[in-house]
Amino acid sequence: MPMHITSPLTRETLETLRSGDSVLLSGILYTARDAAHARLCAALAEGRPLPVDLRGQTVFYAGPTPTPPGKASGAIGPTTSARMDPYTPQLLAYGVAAIIGKGERSPAVRQAFIANGAVYFAAVAGCAAHMAACVKSVEVVAYDDLGTESIKRLAVENLPLTVALDTQGGDFYQLGRALYLQEKLTPNNFLE
Amino acid sequence: MAKLRTLSSEAIAACVSRLCIQACTVLPGTVCRLIDEAQRTEPYPPARGVLELMQQNAAIAAEEHVPICQDTGMVVVFADVGQDVHIVGDTLENAVNIGVARGYTQGYLRKSVVADPLRRGNTGDNTPAVLHVRLVAGDHLTLTVSPKGFGSENMSRLAMLTPADGVEGAKAFVLETVQLAGANPCPPIMLGIGLGGTFEQVALLAKQALVDMREGAHPDPYYASLENEWRNAINALGIGPQGFGGLATALSVRIKAAPTHIAGLPMAVNVGCHVTRHASETL
Ligand code: SF4
Repeated sequence: MPMHITSPLTRETLETLRSGDSVLLSGILYTARDAAHARLCAALAEGRPLPVDLRGQTVFYAGPTPTPPGKASGAIGPTTSARMDPYTPQLLAYGVAAIIGKGERSPAVRQAFIANGAVYFAAVAGCAAHMAACVKSVEVVAYDDLGTESIKRLAVENLPLTVALDTQGGDFYQLGRALYLQEKLTPNNFLE
Repeated sequence: MAKLRTLSSEAIAACVSRLCIQACTVLPGTVCRLIDEAQRTEPYPPARGVLELMQQNAAIAAEEHVPICQDTGMVVVFADVGQDVHIVGDTLENAVNIGVARGYTQGYLRKSVVADPLRRGNTGDNTPAVLHVRLVAGDHLTLTVSPKGFGSENMSRLAMLTPADGVEGAKAFVLETVQLAGANPCPPIMLGIGLGGTFEQVALLAKQALVDMREGAHPDPYYASLENEWRNAINALGIGPQGFGGLATALSVRIKAAPTHIAGLPMAVNVGCHVTRHASETL
């Protein structure tokens, strides 16, 4: 059974999550991808305030399609996290508590998640029509000129996610594959 | 002299606009069937669950006319122009870009194109498209619109192998590409593989192989068996749907080969995701 959790996530919740856990996340998220990350980190490096206070918040690597009339959100889903690797240690040190994306992270980023007690969630990629139903509202809060890459505040309900990196260093991209390959060696032994 | 058939650039623009929306919202039947087959044969329950979600997602997208994936891609257009067609009004290139801008605006699709690779800057209407024109016999124009997501495009690779590398070297390069890609290209993936030609031709061969939606085996038995062998080798890696383990790492491997130089064995691997889309129409 997936666990229900709410964003912004408390320290306590972050610490109890383990890689491989399925969760349903509700609450507030902020989208940011390549171009927004470049601006956020430039501001941090120059000691300027960020246009949105992201401390303790959850960042979603996503650029949705435009919201059609009569809908709460366009299609939405995670983009490749690795492209944000150069920026992630800086944002985690600043105080971002959790990140949602897809795909493996670099060793330096994995260390940064542990060092900052932050959690990395994976969302199923390429299922954006399905995921749109979890989004209740979308509002641009910064960098409007970036179009789909602007920072948006999302209210979500029961967004299905998998814990990919936990605060203890567990990495489900490694563990999940190892688990499958192990079970494969034991014929007829796939857990139903 | 054959009689020329006149085709207005507006008809081309309208067609491209339609195809952009269709491609982004309706997954091709071939891809749906490959996902269904992967779901049936996937032995690992968590992986099967992910494949079921992908099936549901494609169904919702088609039914509600919403994009299958939020990355509605950079548009690649293949135009097979009959040499007895006379296009009037605007140029073919302008017609295609007008169609892309219209489709992406009216269809509420994502604008994901920047004007310059280094200086960036979103163009605001998803233009320009990448246009590949081929002159063919007849008086028809066939347009294939293939919006390409970059989660998978970024994982594509090209190598100038040598004749001594041979088929084993080629296979090793494919497996290395898939390993390096991991979960990034949204597995289960589809691979378009180009072999032969020159540096620029091999990349195009790989793209054509990816867009080729043939059902069944490669017409050349040698390549049919290679496609099979390479797919099985990829699916033994354990990456699985979403990269969390499983059998279904690749839905399909398609090869397109062309003559090459005595000194060369160019190879390109164009990685496609489980949302490898396209739509075609003949005018
Ligand atoms: S690689 Fe494909 S499925 Fe993944 S985000 Fe891009 S378009 Fe979507």
